[in-house]
Amino acid sequence: MKHDEWLPYLLLAPSALFLLIFFVFPSIDVFLLAFQNSAGEWSWGNFQLMGDDFNFGPAIRNTLLLALAVVPLQIGMALAMAMAISKLNRGRDMILYIWTIPLGISDLAAGIIWLAILEQYGFLNTFMFNLGIISQPEGWLSYQHPLTLFFAVVIAELWRATAIVLVILVAGIGLIPKEYAEAGEIFGANAWKRFYKITLPLLRPSLQTALILRTLLAFEVFAVVLVLGGLDLPVLMGETFRWQFEYREAGVASAYAVLILVISIVFTLFYLWALRVPEEAQG
Amino acid sequence: MSSNRLVNKLALSAVLAAVCGAASAEIVFYSTQARPLEEAQKMRDEVLAGFDGEVQFSPQEDGPFFTRIEAEQEAGEVTLGLLGALHGDFPQVQAALDPLDDVMETLADRNISDTFVGLAKLGTDNQQYIPWMQATYLMAANKDALQYLPDGADVNALTYDQLGQWAKNMKDAAGEPKLGFPAGPKGLMHRFLQGYLYPSFTDSVVTDFRGEKAEVMWAAFKDLWAHVNPRSTAFNFMQEPLLSGEVWVAFDHTARLKDAFDQKPDQFVAFPAPAGPEGLGFMPVVAGLAIPKGTPDRATSVKLIQYLTQPETQIKTLRAVGFYPVVDVQLPDDLPPNVKIGGPAVAAQASAENANPSLLPVGLGDKGGLFNKIYQDAFQQIVIRNADVKQILDRQAGALKRIIDETGAPCWAPDDPSDGPCPVN
Repeated sequence: MKHDEWLPYLLLAPSALFLLIFFVFPSIDVFLLAFQNSAGEWSWGNFQLMGDDFNFGPAIRNTLLLALAVVPLQIGMALAMAMAISKLNRGRDMILYIWTIPLGISDLAAGIIWLAILEQYGFLNTFMFNLGIISQPEGWLSYQHPLTLFFAVVIAELWRATAIVLVILVAGIGLIPKEYAEAGEIFGANAWKRFYKITLPLLRPSLQTALILRTLLAFEVFAVVLVLGGLDLPVLMGETFRWQFEYREAGVASAYAVLILVISIVFTLFYLWALRVPEEAQG
Repeated sequence: MSSNRLVNKLALSAVLAAVCGAASAEIVFYSTQARPLEEAQKMRDEVLAGFDGEVQFSPQEDGPFFTRIEAEQEAGEVTLGLLGALHGDFPQVQAALDPLDDVMETLADRNISDTFVGLAKLGTDNQQYIPWMQATYLMAANKDALQYLPDGADVNALTYDQLGQWAKNMKDAAGEPKLGFPAGPKGLMHRFLQGYLYPSFTDSVVTDFRGEKAEVMWAAFKDLWAHVNPRSTAFNFMQEPLLSGEVWVAFDHTARLKDAFDQKPDQFVAFPAPAGPEGLGFMPVVAGLAIPKGTPDRATSVKLIQYLTQPETQIKTLRAVGFYPVVDVQLPDDLPPNVKIGGPAVAAQASAENANPSLLPVGLGDKGGLFNKIYQDAFQQIVIRNADVKQILDRQAGALKRIIDETGAPCWAPDDPSDGPCPVN
């Protein structure tokens, strides 16, 4: 009996220890580093440097706009895809596998794939040029076209990371007992009504998980932007990387990391509150 | 990888210790250059094998390189025979260098460019090192673009005005801008600004960062940029857009144009960077040879310098490590295309009458990245984001001054030598 009680803790210990050593300690270190100057004294200097930088404002704006554009679209698309899949009888697994292929591709590779499609001499321009839709290949991915650049990143992010939301939602839909929908059908609820009144509320825990995960990842968007936009579309994670490895100012890089952490915590708390499952509904 | 390197180092130190203890018949050639294993082996097998005497070629990382030279000087027990390093490395060990004016006299027939000989005095009256080999940044052009050169322009002696006109002509002809710069995340645009644009227009890199000349320069470059391919902010290695035809004319480091020349040798030409009101600003990457004070066998060290600066040895070195000769030399026909195309342009740029060499930043330590950022940000704000020139320069000059003062870095060419930290006007 006693044996059973501590066995779970024993099994969890290695991973907890791993996270403690390779995640928690470095995080604390980064946190402290952000508030110290090069002499090791406590200081707001790193945050001042960060705030004074030309790229700070654009990086915050671009990161938030990207998250705002990408996350709702992904949730909507993933919901539609998950509902469609759940109605299938044959070929369900096959389609699920195909839709989740982008999950297996690194974000850098995803960026390169979309660059090959969207760049001036890429597939899209060549295709449209050969069809006679455009008179000459256009360079859309430049600082002269910030909007198309932004949408290129949105499209690449949709392609790359909708699947993770889809997987979570498909699992969530699978957990909803069929009886509720059948009962609704008997009482005359149409498909839309059943979706709004039954599926969506019961899917709330999965939606919460998907939203938190996707939003946090959206704040860390990096490689896709780097490949498609270079320096023309600064984002928070890209600035963190540059301060650390190009300007060799670990303090400012840490300040950026702390900022991303704070934004992430704020959004997570917001989702936890907004999508909380009412106590009376908790099993 | 790193543990392998450590083992190599340990083995090397052991060998060195044994050698140094045994006899001084072998001369130790200590170098920060030709460090990759393959290049080091080529240096031994193809370059140094022809020397009449035993040479122990020992490439080393910068840190240990300086430490050992300093330690030997302090201990008064010098075992090193010859030092090979970049121009920017030598000031750190200047006190340990034996003046080489007597050696320079014996090399009169080599015709080493006066510019380099002057640089190698490190601001003193004496020859501190002997120029050894060089790399640099060049312009490259697709041959199809040459027909659009403005009237009377010589591609080998362009001005920035002519480059602008050329870019405009190409844009008008092709319907899109065909001049490109490596202004991407991994590109070397900051070297263009520090080593080419600033010296050509202001005869300065740090001291006259702001001011009238700098404002004129930025205004001129902004005008030119209207005819530059906007994808430049994503270009890292210009050989790629050159090969794809996205750009016809480009600026970059010789190593980053190499593939274009090698893959389509009949399609591309290389030529020197343009000149501005203050001359042809260019950034040579010069490596030199020096002898430490108190070396055990100076006569052999001198003989080795004479051997390494022979035209045939310089060509062997070019094949081995890809650095160009600093001496007057006829390049043979069987060199790779990139050398045959780039070589004459490198020579023409270094020996141009109005050449105004600018060096890699010296003495900034790990602030080099922040130093580059000053120039990158100024470019991005002024040229890409249309910010006010004077306002940006004032702001960036403050940041520049902070970095220079913090590191205490003295001026480097083309700025006049300074006693303390390089002043920012």
